[in-house]
Amino acid sequence: MLRDIDLSGVAKTKLKEIHTMESMVSSGHRACQGCGEVLAMGMVTRVAGPDTVVCNATGCMEIITSPFPETAWKVPWIHVAFENAGAVGAGVEAGIKALHRKGKVSKMPNIICFGGDGATADIGFGSLSGAMERGHNLLYVCLDNEAYMNTGIQRSSSTPYGASTTTSPCGSASIGQHTQKKNMPQIIAAHGVPYVATASPSHPTDLMDKVAKALAVEGPAYLHIYSPCPTGWGTKGEKSIEIARLAVESNSFPLYEVVGGRYAITKKIKKVKPIQDYLKVQRRFRHLTDRDIAFIQEGVDNSFEQLERLCAATAKPEEE
Amino acid sequence: MTKRIGTEVSLAVADAVKMAKPDVISAYPITPQTHIVEELSEFVANGELDAEYIPVESEHSAMSAAVGAAAAGARVYTATSSQGLALMHEILFIASSMRLPMVMTVANRSISGPISIWNDHSDIMAQRDIGWVQLFVEDGQEALELTWAAFKIGEDKRVLLPVAVNMDGFILSHMIEPVVIPEQSVVDGFLPEFEPQLKLDPADPVTFGPVGVPEVYLEAKKQCEVALNGSKAVVKEVLDDLNKTFGRNYDLIETNGNTGAETRIVTMGSLGESVMTAVDRMNGDGREVGQIRIRLWRPFPAEEFIEAAKGAKRLVVIDRAISPGTGCGPVAQELKSVFYGRPDAPEIVNVIAGIGGRDVPVSDFVKMVEMAEKGELAETYTLWGLNSDA
Repeated sequence: MLRDIDLSGVAKTKLKEIHTMESMVSSGHRACQGCGEVLAMGMVTRVAGPDTVVCNATGCMEIITSPFPETAWKVPWIHVAFENAGAVGAGVEAGIKALHRKGKVSKMPNIICFGGDGATADIGFGSLSGAMERGHNLLYVCLDNEAYMNTGIQRSSSTPYGASTTTSPCGSASIGQHTQKKNMPQIIAAHGVPYVATASPSHPTDLMDKVAKALAVEGPAYLHIYSPCPTGWGTKGEKSIEIARLAVESNSFPLYEVVGGRYAITKKIKKVKPIQDYLKVQRRFRHLTDRDIAFIQEGVDNSFEQLERLCAATAKPEEE
Repeated sequence: MTKRIGTEVSLAVADAVKMAKPDVISAYPITPQTHIVEELSEFVANGELDAEYIPVESEHSAMSAAVGAAAAGARVYTATSSQGLALMHEILFIASSMRLPMVMTVANRSISGPISIWNDHSDIMAQRDIGWVQLFVEDGQEALELTWAAFKIGEDKRVLLPVAVNMDGFILSHMIEPVVIPEQSVVDGFLPEFEPQLKLDPADPVTFGPVGVPEVYLEAKKQCEVALNGSKAVVKEVLDDLNKTFGRNYDLIETNGNTGAETRIVTMGSLGESVMTAVDRMNGDGREVGQIRIRLWRPFPAEEFIEAAKGAKRLVVIDRAISPGTGCGPVAQELKSVFYGRPDAPEIVNVIAGIGGRDVPVSDFVKMVEMAEKGELAETYTLWGLNSDA
């Protein structure tokens, strides 16, 4: 369902101000060097601020921030299980909403759920779909590092075609992952929620502006954040941002948003890089032949064309 | 004004929940529990109950949302049966480990396969070790009043645990019974507002559900065990309060018939009512037989049971679930463990009856007692009512 949602009044983040904004995830957590997920979580919580409740699915981010008696969280945080961050978030939202209505809570905080790609696209898919469909006022953030990294780099439905993982290894009889990456942002957009976007830590102001919009809308919002994983991808920690930028600049991970059902690309790439530039710097893709890469390039081009058509088809008509 | 009405027990439970003023109800439809949550959603839709009703997409999410809402500081209710309870399994442990009070009615139903919507206790018996307080009710009045007691027990600062109220599916849940519903003010006097110990509050941030590294996991489990064992005294205290408020006589373990008889029938749940009739009939015929009814299943009130069974030579333990590969049903296992090594240990004869909705008429209990006394029942267990060609 298309509807007009005006987000023009939502404050934007200036690049030079980011360092003055406080992350709700403190340093001293145990993430790997160059972890894209924890970097993204810092950006999200810088915008959300202290008046926030976080619901975390089981996964790397839960493990690295909460080994009792330590916690990296400066905001109230709850982790229940792997497949239920959406449902837990729904319960937290409903609970605070009822208590607020009864005058027992003074203000509705931001409610943000974090889940990895496995928690989001696989095991927690139903729970997330339910939370989105029922219209809970919360933001669900998928930190997509394209495999089950916490358990040792097993494939998920968000692992891209051609990637070698420990359960989709490349071999003489296999290219590795032989299925196409599940398109979670478009699946959530199909739920008719008010706000969906993709984002990348390589483009921090774009990411943070999307967080502000997601928190500003009434109802469910979904943010799909591309999160490089040096450990799982076989890349150097200091290269994470470069690789994230290559994913965007090759149109492999385009940055867009879906506001009230209207698709719009938020970062248009003028000089699109070949997918090979992105693939060749990662160990998970090093077995790919030129033919494989050409096949992947074709898929990237087709998917991007489809996205452009979606943008055109859902755009607000010009007033006559 | 106190009302005496004839109502389906499920609807009486929904009334009880409404009068407990929950903040959040999170539930998924499953037979035979559904009438409770249908009625509750109607109360919410009509503005009779100020609560958030979350019509979740699965029981796994029902329990997950219940945990989230309870952690937010809300009073939470849910209900389920059978496969729904099984689907919640993973999260049930987490609710108790997080020490989050909430109340769940379990309209007990058999577990697939084969799929069966009818009554037995195989759903809850697969959840014995979830760390919840677990109560069993026998009739509609108890179902109503123990719902309030369940909130009061779980929310007590000495307990802080979720509570399951078990009532037999169909046999009790769908029965039309006379029920006395007190005034709201009486319920309010019995059940004060919920004040959470900890909650998800940005003004005072806490971390719920952190990683239990090997240095702390055992201690965390130990604390839950201490809380559950300690809840027995609170259950007793709350039942005493309930008895005074509503004029009842509930206890952790109750007896009926000849309390000094050599043979006692042990029941849990609504079959207890049939056994009461059978025992009264046998006593009327001059036969010495007694009955012991278990109301609190977890934590198991061992001392109270031993006291109630004093002088018994033989316990005919009626189980409503099979415990495959163990040699007897779950209640019989429990009692064998309770009496192990005691010089006064009675013989424990186990009858597994009423499985998958199989009817157990009053006359069958008379027959069980006769067979037990003649030594005609198996030493391990007897599957009662089994077709001979099976």
